[in-house]
Amino acid sequence: MNNRSMIIFSVILIALITLGGFLPDWATFHITRSLGLGLVVLGLMLMLRAGLVSFGQALYYCLGAYTAGALMHFYHIKEALLLIPAGMLTSALLAAVLGALLANYRGIFFGLLSLAFSMILYGVIVKSSSLGSTDGFTLTSPTFFGMALGESSRYAVYITACVLTLISIWGLERYLRTPLGRLAPAIRDNEIRVEYLGQSVRNAVHIKYIISAALAGLGGALTALTVGHIDPEMAYWTTSGEFVFILILSGSQSVIAPFLGALLFESLRTYAYQEFPYVWQMVLGIAMLLVISFLPDGIWSLFKSRKAKPT
Amino acid sequence: MSAILEARGLMKTFGAVTAANDISTSINEHSITGLIGTNGAGKTTFVNMVTGYLKPSAGSIHFAGRDITPLAPRQITRLGIARSFQIPQLYDTLTVRENLIVALGIVLRNAKSSFFSKLPAQVPGHNEPLDTVADNLMTQFNLNGYADRIARVLPQGVRKQLDIAMAMAGKPQVLLLDEPTSGVAAEEKFGIMDMIMNVVRAEKVTVLFVEHDMDIVSRYSDRVLAFYDGRIIADQAPQDALNNPEVQRYVTGKRHA
Repeated sequence: MNNRSMIIFSVILIALITLGGFLPDWATFHITRSLGLGLVVLGLMLMLRAGLVSFGQALYYCLGAYTAGALMHFYHIKEALLLIPAGMLTSALLAAVLGALLANYRGIFFGLLSLAFSMILYGVIVKSSSLGSTDGFTLTSPTFFGMALGESSRYAVYITACVLTLISIWGLERYLRTPLGRLAPAIRDNEIRVEYLGQSVRNAVHIKYIISAALAGLGGALTALTVGHIDPEMAYWTTSGEFVFILILSGSQSVIAPFLGALLFESLRTYAYQEFPYVWQMVLGIAMLLVISFLPDGIWSLFKSRKAKPT
Repeated sequence: MSAILEARGLMKTFGAVTAANDISTSINEHSITGLIGTNGAGKTTFVNMVTGYLKPSAGSIHFAGRDITPLAPRQITRLGIARSFQIPQLYDTLTVRENLIVALGIVLRNAKSSFFSKLPAQVPGHNEPLDTVADNLMTQFNLNGYADRIARVLPQGVRKQLDIAMAMAGKPQVLLLDEPTSGVAAEEKFGIMDMIMNVVRAEKVTVLFVEHDMDIVSRYSDRVLAFYDGRIIADQAPQDALNNPEVQRYVTGKRHA
């Protein structure tokens, strides 16, 4: 994204923040939740650019949410501006540990090992009564700069999500322009050449994995504050599957696409739940088939300029 | 001229097969050495051991007086030994320019003293900004006409040129070329070799190149190492090596004209 795109996107975000004041609660909830999911998918997109698909990103999404939830539940910390970074940090720290192992694997082994780790967290939470077991637990409204905002709290979470999304997009876009960020497609294409230019592929993958986990933790913590309830389903493999679904829907060509994909996915799911309550998964499946058949590069390819096609 | 690269008693076995059998040699700075031998003679095994892809079963390799035997390929590359491959190792979905920019980006990163320190403004060794160096490399290796082409669709000769240009991105002291003209049309071979040799001579790079075409070997190398059955059977000036009865018997299979 160049400066012009960034200005356009900033204007859109400011418009969203302004618009949020007029939108009904369900709409701000819907957008905030989509931004939370979009942040997770943004991290997945980074991994996909390096040729790696994680089927266990729900691990960090859930960890981010439970970190925020546990701090609120057990330590009565309600400050959103502490809870959200804490969720992000915990996920990044766990990724730093697990990534040391996962960075050695590629393809299906990477995908399934990441899935295995997420299911371990699911199992631990389900068996832990202090964490609410299968029911999880409910969160109260967070405070912002120490202020309890009451009814306005949801709007404040919405603004926070908008700002954090902008910062994440800007940060990732900048990262992708650094030599380390540019390595993503190089790692996907040819690891041997990367090593023979003097760069450790393992380290580069590890760093990308930590960044993607931090984004997932951020998305998880935001979702926890948005929804006001957390449960172990957040770590379940179907949740990871949803992230991969959104990634396929979005494509990996733009850092904005994951948010459009998440918004479309949330809208589609809400519509399917409402109109086809017994076969809603089928609607999502058909949507997936259509996207893969007609938009193999995701919905972002609809916005791509024809002249940008590679020669 | 002093020795920059030295192999001492290198052995490499793959099960019952001995791919390198007590190889000892010393390569002088700024020299251009041709490695010849039939398939399976041990040339590529030697290149792979020097560049860290294979670890010798016994023996050691020294670069500028330092034992590099236990080092990983990336560490050896950072010290100043680069290589190209028989099958060019490129980033197939990126353009020629992007391939070089990625390569130069790694060179920039390697120059950082720590993870958090700032990237240098100029590429070490080239002393120019990254984009300028990429343009210069494209000019040096005749790649300007292909700058925005995706690497996957490049002709084989151009792929070879790009592979070598990427190896040169880090300004290596030693460059190992694995069959730089294989798969290239006969009429293009000398043109590509002239271009490569112009660059490496100007940059004073020490070169070892694996080659099957004896005309190329005799024209561009100033020394020949002939491999047979994992051993070096001749270490001579090109014409002497090509007239060596052992080389004629085991490598060229005929008297060289």
